Amino acid sequence: MAFAALGDPTRREIFTLLAARPRAVGEIAAELPVSRPAVSQHLKVLKEARLVRVEAEGTRRRYSVDHVGVAAMRDYLDDVWGQALANFAAVVEEA
Amino acid sequence: MTEVRRSVLVKASADHAFKVFTEKFVTWWPASHHIGKAKLRDVVVEPREGGRWYEIGTDGAECEWGEVKAWEPPSRLLLAWHLDGDWDYDPDPARASEVEITFASEGDGTRVELVHRGFERHFTKPERVREGVGGDGGWGGILLGFADAFV
Repeated sequence: MAFAALGDPTRREIFTLLAARPRAVGEIAAELPVSRPAVSQHLKVLKEARLVRVEAEGTRRRYSVDHVGVAAMRDYLDDVWGQALANFAAVVEEA
Repeated sequence: MTEVRRSVLVKASADHAFKVFTEKFVTWWPASHHIGKAKLRDVVVEPREGGRWYEIGTDGAECEWGEVKAWEPPSRLLLAWHLDGDWDYDPDPARASEVEITFASEGDGTRVELVHRGFERHFTKPERVREGVGGDGGWGGILLGFADAFV
């Protein structure tokens, strides 16, 4: 679940970094006070939530934001407001 | 993609629509979507610029949602959404997204348009705001909070 994956502050930091530009694990670790293995673990969670994707570039693996997950999150909010406004219209027209 | 935009045409005057939106928020807001521990009893939008926007639970507890940034009945309402990615109230205006609602006459009814924008502000750490907003996916943070509270 995309939302739960971002509940962790370090994962939010990582996601924010990747939103700015794609990076390798080492580059992410260099920006944050966490070890490379820890970054890898966080990336795995983000990847499963489809918030982050990985691509091989020669021997390097670069991580970037996966718009499938991001779009799903935005769509979720869109649904909430859609439902709210449909109810709203019904209430407005009641009286 | 970076914002939520919704529109609805209602058979009512802008004045009435504005009143229902602000004074009877709880009658149309999906009841399962709240942040307090107890069930939702009321949602208050204080009728002035700088007013509070908050929920009241059946246990009487008040939980802040945000602030009224513009109060222009019956045509426009601008709300700051101060709930951060951990679904906690964050008083810093720099880290709030905003919801703008406009009410405009259309035919014999009123067009109500809602735009929720600026999600990236919640999401990015303050020192990374510029970098995050500049990226092509730098928004998105508030939603995890929505999920925690709404699912």
